Amino acid sequence: MQTLNFEFPADRPPPRRAHVGVVGSGDLEILMTPEPPGTARVRVRTSVDGFDTVWRTVLERFFARHRVAAAFELNDFGATPGVVTLRLRQAVEESRR
Amino acid sequence: MTSPPPAADGPTDWTAILARTGFIELDARARATALLDDGTARELCGPFDRIESPWLEPQGVVPQSDDGVIVVKGRLDGRPAVVIAIEQAFQGGGIGEVSGVKIAAALSLAARDSRDGTPTVAVLLLETGGVRLQEANLGLATVAEVCSALLELRALQPVIGVIAGTLGCFGGMSIAAGLCSTLIITAEGRLGLDGPQVIESEAGVAEFDASDHTLIWSIDGGAQRTRTGLADVLVLDDVTAMRSAVIEAMERGVPGEHRSRRIGELRARLEAVDPTDPPAPADLAAVWAHAVPREGDRP
Repeated sequence: MQTLNFEFPADRPPPRRAHVGVVGSGDLEILMTPEPPGTARVRVRTSVDGFDTVWRTVLERFFARHRVAAAFELNDFGATPGVVTLRLRQAVEESRR
Repeated sequence: MTSPPPAADGPTDWTAILARTGFIELDARARATALLDDGTARELCGPFDRIESPWLEPQGVVPQSDDGVIVVKGRLDGRPAVVIAIEQAFQGGGIGEVSGVKIAAALSLAARDSRDGTPTVAVLLLETGGVRLQEANLGLATVAEVCSALLELRALQPVIGVIAGTLGCFGGMSIAAGLCSTLIITAEGRLGLDGPQVIESEAGVAEFDASDHTLIWSIDGGAQRTRTGLADVLVLDDVTAMRSAVIEAMERGVPGEHRSRRIGELRARLEAVDPTDPPAPADLAAVWAHAVPREGDRP
């Protein structure tokens, strides 16, 4: 297990907090809490060690498109990059409901 | 639409299967909400309370923010109810210190509310392999607390157990299932104290072949458990059918005598089985139907 921390520039706080996903095989859980405009802070706890660069790339791409100012807690159980991106987008969508 | 219960041995009713909305395909939070009346669900100790297990991270296991147990209060056909759902995708539904205490506390609070003039029914969604190995002793201790709180509540209000999925309900939590006022199960569901793989690894493949699915379901499966009276209601894996079955169980109220109190009957059943020449699973219901408690072993 490995814990990773990232920060990205972000200027749009989401309307409200959101929770999606489950810490199950090939999946992850995301807790998103709105923060003041400025940064998106991401803490990743992942069951798979050694993928720091992949995480950075996946998250960089997401936050380049969605500048969501929030604290993100990701509890990952081996999700692929595609699943991570889908869950992030789902969290943003949920908060707009 | 209310789906008919599946025939125990009959042909599969495909139209019913195609028309249904699978209950077990929902995640635990959605299952709990689906049982309650629309718009009444309110989660207690949710993900943002961050009451996760403190024991997993030091052992290199990623925790989940709700520790895999979702407690939702609301109304069931207008009556106050609490639904406690175990998320089987997280650690195989394994019960640890936090998740176990969440279940026990929810049952105790329902008992307190029931005594204080708000009768509160409890529904347990038991998709679990039992105690989580990473929290072995603490998990076992909380299962004892769960059983104790369940016994406290079931004297006042029905406690309804549901086993919907193929993961089944095993280990310590199968004891809690056995204590429920009514136990609802699907044909895909399984119930047993030790799971097939545990039996195979402890007693050998000759005792129980954990790769033989037909054998496993003929013993642990929902149809067999209902036929032999160890579960009460066999339902189709469908949201509407499940909700109807739970409401019916609630309306039946507290049973005069719980299954787990019928010791004489259970003892007679054990005596009716010869371990050197055990009956075939299909014959067990008939063997047990003739098992009569001895004089002096009746309530």
